[in-house]
Amino acid sequence: MKPAPFDYHRPGSLAEALAILAGEPGAKVLAGGQSLVPLLSMRLAAPAALVDINGLPDLDAVTVTDDGVRVGALARHADVLASTAAAERQPLLGMALAHVAHATIRNRGTTVGSLVHADAASELPVVLRLLGGSVDVASVGGTRTIAADDLYLGPLESSVAPDEIATSAWFPALEPGAGVAFDEVARRHGDYALCGVAAVVRVEGDRVVSARAGFVSVADLPTVVDVTDALTTVDAAALADLGDVVLPHLDPADDVHATADYRAQLVRVLTARVVGTAYDRARERGTAR
Amino acid sequence: MTTKLMGTPVQRVEDQRFLRGHGRYVDDVAVDERTLHAAVVRSPHAHARIVDIDVSAVLDLEGVHAVWTYDDLAGLATPMAEPLPLLIPHPALTHGRTQYALARAEVNYVGEAVAFVVADDRYVAEDAVGLVRVDYEVLPPVVGIDRARAADHLVHDDVPGNVGARMEQKTGDVEAALAAAPHRLQLDLTVERSACMPMEGRGTVARWDPDTHRLQVWSSTQTSTGVRAAVAVKLGLDLGQVDVITPDVGGGFGVKINHPWPEELLVPLAARTLGRTVKFTEDRREHFISSAHERGQVQHIEVGFDDEGRLLALDVEFWHDHGAYTPYGLIVPIITSTQLLGPYKPQVYRVRFESLYTNTVIVTPYRGAGRPQGCYAMERTMDAIADFLDRDRAEVRAANFIQPDEFPFDQGLVFQDGRELEYDSGDYPASLEKLKALVGWDDFPAYQAEMAAAGRRVGIGLACYVEGTGVGPYEGAHVHIETSGKVKVATGLTTQGQGHATVFAQLVADELGVRMEDVEVVTGDTRRMPYAVGTFASRAAVMSGSAIHLAAKRAKEKALRIAAEALEVDERDLEIVDGVVSVKGSPGTSIDLGTVSVLSNPLRYAFDEASKAATQFSVGDPGRPPVAEGDEPGLEGKDFYSPERATFASGMHAVIVETDPLTAEIRILKYAVVHDCGHLINPMIVEGQIHGGVAQGVGGALYERMAYDESGQLLNASFMDFLMPYVTEIPDGIDIDHLETPSPLNPLGIKGAGEAGVIPSAAVFAAAIEDAERVALPDLTITAMPISPSELHALRQRHPQPRPHRQERS
Repeated sequence: MKPAPFDYHRPGSLAEALAILAGEPGAKVLAGGQSLVPLLSMRLAAPAALVDINGLPDLDAVTVTDDGVRVGALARHADVLASTAAAERQPLLGMALAHVAHATIRNRGTTVGSLVHADAASELPVVLRLLGGSVDVASVGGTRTIAADDLYLGPLESSVAPDEIATSAWFPALEPGAGVAFDEVARRHGDYALCGVAAVVRVEGDRVVSARAGFVSVADLPTVVDVTDALTTVDAAALADLGDVVLPHLDPADDVHATADYRAQLVRVLTARVVGTAYDRARERGTAR
Repeated sequence: MTTKLMGTPVQRVEDQRFLRGHGRYVDDVAVDERTLHAAVVRSPHAHARIVDIDVSAVLDLEGVHAVWTYDDLAGLATPMAEPLPLLIPHPALTHGRTQYALARAEVNYVGEAVAFVVADDRYVAEDAVGLVRVDYEVLPPVVGIDRARAADHLVHDDVPGNVGARMEQKTGDVEAALAAAPHRLQLDLTVERSACMPMEGRGTVARWDPDTHRLQVWSSTQTSTGVRAAVAVKLGLDLGQVDVITPDVGGGFGVKINHPWPEELLVPLAARTLGRTVKFTEDRREHFISSAHERGQVQHIEVGFDDEGRLLALDVEFWHDHGAYTPYGLIVPIITSTQLLGPYKPQVYRVRFESLYTNTVIVTPYRGAGRPQGCYAMERTMDAIADFLDRDRAEVRAANFIQPDEFPFDQGLVFQDGRELEYDSGDYPASLEKLKALVGWDDFPAYQAEMAAAGRRVGIGLACYVEGTGVGPYEGAHVHIETSGKVKVATGLTTQGQGHATVFAQLVADELGVRMEDVEVVTGDTRRMPYAVGTFASRAAVMSGSAIHLAAKRAKEKALRIAAEALEVDERDLEIVDGVVSVKGSPGTSIDLGTVSVLSNPLRYAFDEASKAATQFSVGDPGRPPVAEGDEPGLEGKDFYSPERATFASGMHAVIVETDPLTAEIRILKYAVVHDCGHLINPMIVEGQIHGGVAQGVGGALYERMAYDESGQLLNASFMDFLMPYVTEIPDGIDIDHLETPSPLNPLGIKGAGEAGVIPSAAVFAAAIEDAERVALPDLTITAMPISPSELHALRQRHPQPRPHRQERS
């Protein structure tokens, strides 16, 4: 479990990092390394060079404004999780991050790295899509913003180009009248979810204006389904039926940990539970106001 | 008076080192730039013929010192071209096969060693591994017990039916007894594979000294004397040329008792051939695919019983998956077949098994070593009988217990050590009463009903076991009281974190009357104790503990004799307290043990003030030889302990679980253990062993499996997908109660404790989960372990499913 030989660069500025990437087509960006380093060690990936961005200045901030939360490329999961301001502005972020692996991994792993690694078994890509967030990327040619809906192309495949570095991610604030919830079932504490569900429900009074649910580990891509129409009335029966509404949009699969059938069962149980909780929270916020 | 340390929870002397990262493992030996590093080319196929191996690309790689295939071995050391040893031959193992250190012509599991590379560092060595080109002709693989039994394909061409061994033991005419029984049941059960998974994998370092023609080997093993003998034989060296040292070992759990591993021979061979220190440190993937697994069995049970649930006839047939080779013989299935009986006494018992070849990693003992499977078969049978008779599960068990006045109790079988399966002592009814009180057995039905009314499913399970521990042939010990008064103790078996340095020091301190901090224990170093067997079968405390106790006794006898002469008193009037020998009741008349040590060794030369006292003009009777006939210089004691048979520990576990009606997740609410390992040396260490065993048991019952696909690829060969439980998956507290039924077989009255915690897990969890599920699904029956939420969900989908096939007496 030793990596194949590679060149190692540790640039001191973003411009320098982008120039190296532009000149080394086979290079990979190293941030927290929680996915990349095991792949290297198992020789499942053998890039010609690594561009270690941990020396770049000013990329580790978690900035909270009225509109939302901006997470820099070097902000660790633990930094985001520790930000009470971020949790206040967008509670779903912290709810999902609490399910990301273990403390030691969250201390190293970066939120932006997890987003662009584009693993449909990760919590954050679904959260970004569900909230309508985005990722800012830079290359020698300039910068651009990729909307979450345009970020994910396939399993472990994002629309970030090989010569681009994702510099930050944007998570919009919780809307007025909205409630959020997250839950997942994993084999062990901190494992990849067998199924995870996130939800954002917006209400006016008791009436659902908008309800969307996002799914972890039960589709090839981070997938969001709009379930507003299934919630004209919200009761136990309507919530229980949500599973059958969303399953046609998902593709749960068999693996060594669970059957597709069991994952589908988790979709049903968790969707009802999570959407119901998000709905209750939305109403509570309305009442509190 | 010195406080007796036996039976007290003395803090572990090892922990300062271990917890602060100061442990010194094999990979910490020879850390310098001159050390060369080995890596292994392993088969990517479960079954294939080797057509050609091309190593030419490696030869150009800078930093590579050697690349060997099978064809190179004979030229380096003739015995290396022979198969690896079959360590434990048995008459029933008619078709035993072992692999070669490097595969010759054929590979039989993914991970089998094919070529060996030595390079400047492990990085270059792995680069070289990637450049070796092996042409394989792929053969049909045999994966799983069903395929092995079907024998559509053979693992080894010359082993018909894939059957390595067939074995039968019986105590009477089981068919007649079955026919005569008022009630009969049949059960078909399966248990999946798991593995030891020590934090530290295998590792070996070797250094050849060309000046003295001696080989020094460090290996992460459970038997340094075994490795020493194997290395000497295979490298064509005299035993006296080889030293094997076992430094700190980061866990064994059984896998490191198998030896020699290919690398354990190839590393010393490379050290001698290249004249350089060579190191191999196994990585995790290698540990998954090239060390050993255990547990996989399919079982068929027929049982006949009366209205009280008493066993009138027990007929067990099982099929044991031993993987591609049989280096460790039939130990695991023999243990299953004998220890299955637990604390019970069926009137007639017959057991038959087939040990089968498959194209998978070899199977050798893993903590419990066949007992968890046996316990599972027996305890599931007990549950089925109770269910059939609609009787309390504890009551049915109690009806079958061997009673305290029946010991020694001969089960009429031959155990794994070739000796009678004769239980030495125990008190099973007392254990059961303790367990019922500890877990709240009698109150549980009311709690279950209350929870059921709230829509929740809780269930309770119970399982009992008896464990033969401390098997022979022997262990020895050497105790040396130095002139400083410090006591150096050596025993030959190895240690893997159990706390031997603590418990053995407790025993010496008690027997000799010295302070525990003055006692230093060395294990697993063939330079200090060349005669030893190894650490397995929960035997270290029983075997080495007894030997150390006896050796300390001898040292004490000598100390008292010399002190009595020096003080001119009767030795019967002497006592030793905190390292000082004094006349009882008259502490002024005393002599330090260190001074006694000085006097024990008549000297010609003085090196310091202390040794002056032992020189020829100071001591001794000029009329007698300085060392009397039959005596030896030095204040030492040496002894060996070799019992006629194993001593049988026992215990009972109960667990309460809750299953989620929707997600089928399984939560442990309470785990209770009653444990009887005779007299306790250190209750804290025994409880630690139980905690660790229960944790591994939780893993084996609810999380772990070896997920082989049909082609023989192990799909979950990493800690990401092989699910060892974290602390978050282990019960928050484990309630433990001890019973101390001393063994009459050893001087301390002790029994082994290392494996007990893991034995009942599959049985007890199957019972509890089934009990919880039957709150809603009265016919749900669990016959396959481990069980995951996904599998429990699938079981629910199939509900109602058939119960174990019932046959009323016709």
